[in-house]
Amino acid sequence: MTKELKSKLVKNAAGRYVPAVVNGIASIPFKGVNKYRPDNSMAAPPVRTCADYPSDGNKLVKNLKEALKKVGLKNGMTISTHHHLRNGDGLTNVLFDTIKAIGVKDIRWFPSASFPCHEYLIKYLDDGTIHHIEGSMNGPLGRYATDGKMKGTGILRSHGGRYRAIQDGDVHIDIAVIAAPSADAFGNANGVNGKSACGPLGFALGDSEYADKVIVVTDSLVDFPCVPWHIQGNNVDYVVEVDSLGDPSKIVSGTTQVTKSPDRILIAEYIAQFVEESGIMQNGFSFQAGAGGINLAFLLLLKERMKAKGVKARFIRGGSTQYLTEMLEEGLTDYILDGQAFDTEGVRSLRENPNHVNTSPFTSYNFHGKGNFASMLDAVVLGATEVDANFNANVVTHSDGYLLHGIGGWQDCLFGKCVILAIPSFRDRVPIIVDNVTTLCGPGEMIDVVITERGIAINPLRQDLIKKLSNSKLPIRKIKDIQQEVYELCGGKPQQPKLAKDKVAAVVQWVDGTLLDTVFAF
Amino acid sequence: MKTQKQKSGSAGRVGPNVKSDCFVQLINTSSGGITIELKSKVESLYGDSIRSQISEILKHFGTKNATIKIEDQGAVPFVIAARVESALKRAGLGTDKVFLIGNTKSTKINLRDRTRRTRLYLPGNEPHFFLNAGLHKPDSIILDLEDSVAPSEKDAARILVRNALMNVNFGEAERMVRINPFPLGIDDLQQTVQYNVQTILIPKCESSARIEEVDSEIDKILKLHNIKRNIFLIPIIETALGVVKAFEIASASKWNCGLAIGLEDYTADIGVERTKAGTESLFARSTVINAAKAAGIQALDSVFSDVNDEEGLHQSVLEAKAIGFEGKGCIHPRQIKVIHEAFAPTQKEVEYAQRVVDAFNEAKQNGSGVISLGSKMIDAPVVKRAQHILSLVKLNSDK
Repeated sequence: MTKELKSKLVKNAAGRYVPAVVNGIASIPFKGVNKYRPDNSMAAPPVRTCADYPSDGNKLVKNLKEALKKVGLKNGMTISTHHHLRNGDGLTNVLFDTIKAIGVKDIRWFPSASFPCHEYLIKYLDDGTIHHIEGSMNGPLGRYATDGKMKGTGILRSHGGRYRAIQDGDVHIDIAVIAAPSADAFGNANGVNGKSACGPLGFALGDSEYADKVIVVTDSLVDFPCVPWHIQGNNVDYVVEVDSLGDPSKIVSGTTQVTKSPDRILIAEYIAQFVEESGIMQNGFSFQAGAGGINLAFLLLLKERMKAKGVKARFIRGGSTQYLTEMLEEGLTDYILDGQAFDTEGVRSLRENPNHVNTSPFTSYNFHGKGNFASMLDAVVLGATEVDANFNANVVTHSDGYLLHGIGGWQDCLFGKCVILAIPSFRDRVPIIVDNVTTLCGPGEMIDVVITERGIAINPLRQDLIKKLSNSKLPIRKIKDIQQEVYELCGGKPQQPKLAKDKVAAVVQWVDGTLLDTVFAF
Repeated sequence: MKTQKQKSGSAGRVGPNVKSDCFVQLINTSSGGITIELKSKVESLYGDSIRSQISEILKHFGTKNATIKIEDQGAVPFVIAARVESALKRAGLGTDKVFLIGNTKSTKINLRDRTRRTRLYLPGNEPHFFLNAGLHKPDSIILDLEDSVAPSEKDAARILVRNALMNVNFGEAERMVRINPFPLGIDDLQQTVQYNVQTILIPKCESSARIEEVDSEIDKILKLHNIKRNIFLIPIIETALGVVKAFEIASASKWNCGLAIGLEDYTADIGVERTKAGTESLFARSTVINAAKAAGIQALDSVFSDVNDEEGLHQSVLEAKAIGFEGKGCIHPRQIKVIHEAFAPTQKEVEYAQRVVDAFNEAKQNGSGVISLGSKMIDAPVVKRAQHILSLVKLNSDK
């Protein structure tokens, strides 16, 4: 398979070079936002019959090894896992220990994301148990891929893009292994009950619907029925009970900390003021909240402004935290539409409050559907590792070329009505506003505002916003002026990292499945 | 053949929690030219630039043979320059020279009675805190060479502070330096006052003689460099004796622009604990305020040490304002906004001030020397206070 890594690069509509063939499959270069219109049909799993499943609903098998054997694990299969247990995930590492023990090789691992705890799996990438990863790679695995050590090419998709790839048939999952904090023997499962409760299980939804075989693994088996059923047992082949799915303290945090960094609080203040002064903050509005340091501080500051003005939101999209659930409980929003819960309060609220609603990448983000929630958001606040003077942004690699982050829902959220990138203007001596982003993840036409501690830059495409803010006391500046100031502070324009650019570590897909850019290996 | 002894020196900091700084170790060798061993977080972005900067500095100091090891955590150029210079000087090299980068010229004339509601302390040997300090819009920043710098790091801090004064954009903030008590303070002055300082804070003042010494030292240095003086002084009263001598100190120099009180040291000096209520220091604070006003300068309050207690800080500023203080020390940027808000005039104060100023303008227009508001005669100090209140309103709305 290594030969195809040298396959030729083609220039896409964003001017970036992407491989024509990835892991043996011809790719489609990015054609522009909303330009690619596939005309094929969606994937469908084979027809099943109840006659093949126990009529008493008991699909329990004694352990994971037996389940993997029963579903017919073979060399070269695609196995999916999900990141709702975050850095507390104890199941995925055990899953690959078991696959190794069975002696199967060349697995395409298709996680919704990986975390630093999965550094453990490097030995299985080394010994060929895992062929390559298609999914967001955080930290150590990203470093491994960028160092050129992975056998195949990594494919990075957004959360919505992952659902789309499954639904469109780009990725055929042989076996989905779903960690379920609460499940019954039929396979109904949710993430709000049990000792490993994590919140929504939406990342696993598409896998449960389209995979050939589905195994649910739980550390909290309840009698039928397990309600609510975020995952429907009717899609599940086998259920395995284990002692523990992982470390609850790393699955969700007890309390989410708001940043104390004065610079980040300043950025958060600017965002809150911007959202109010631009007129976005009005009765019935909506926005996306996150759990990052700036995002939480922004949420608290916006809350004060909403209270002062008597403004109420119709819905807020989570990442839920205690700060978000407080807003729901204090009547500052009618609904939370939640994709993942970051702390115990988020989980509790999702379990108890009918207005805290479980969502999935299908409802929120899927680009090949009849609409999705992300495009309906009035404001979205996102981070980035780099942005250029044309507002093109990077969220996966650092300026030194290393792949260290996943895309998450970032690309999907770019369809919101006002997309705000909240970023420090430099990190230590690393300028964030660059001449050319290391990896393009979001086309500049999708990004409306960049907010840094040194000023706010509005995309010239948004003359309406520029006009609205023309009398504002906010430090509204040209993006190039902020860039210049930071270059001066850091001692000039940085030199270009010495990347050979002849070896592909991973590719970045756009939400429609076309290739937006390439992460090169060292 | 004579064997030459190797000279070495190191400066700066390294470690997982150190940001925007670097650790430099320099060994002067007898031959072999310059060897630079660089380990930098930003190697791929600025590695070449760092190496050429170091070569330039060594050349400036006439160092031809040396091994220089640098562990860099993303230090910006003026920090690297300061650390290399300190390492060289600690190795006994180039002690008669300085390596200057940035601007030496002060851009704006400083004013004696500018607003000094907040003065943000920045530990003089921690560059990480310098870079964004101005963004939080304190009225002044203090690059501190005194209590926040360990005795063994005074030399390195002076070089770093000097480079910061010439390179960091602190925005509109007044650039202050707090020097050490003498004799260390003399070195502090010699290495900073000609480099873009606007105000010197003199700690632990107990006599007018100290102020006079500082004054003449500053004049001497500026004369040597042919710079016209625009540097003010703020003596800090931190002892029982200092309180007794408050007026003598406040009126010791025409360059005094404010008189500050330091309550951590004062309470220790009188042998009590510092409380939030502050009963133990009421006499000292009142004395300092009275002395400052008698000398026609600003009265500046101590810092509020509990960064997390924003409500307590707000209260403490209201109390300080009520007894006559016009400014407060800050130990964290988060305190700035709270203090500015607490110093902001009340609606009632603003309305009254506006009426006074209107009456003053009307009288001026009519060519009348007598200003009256209703049945009351208005004196010049009342007009001045009213104008001050309106200027505060403008400052707050411009935030």
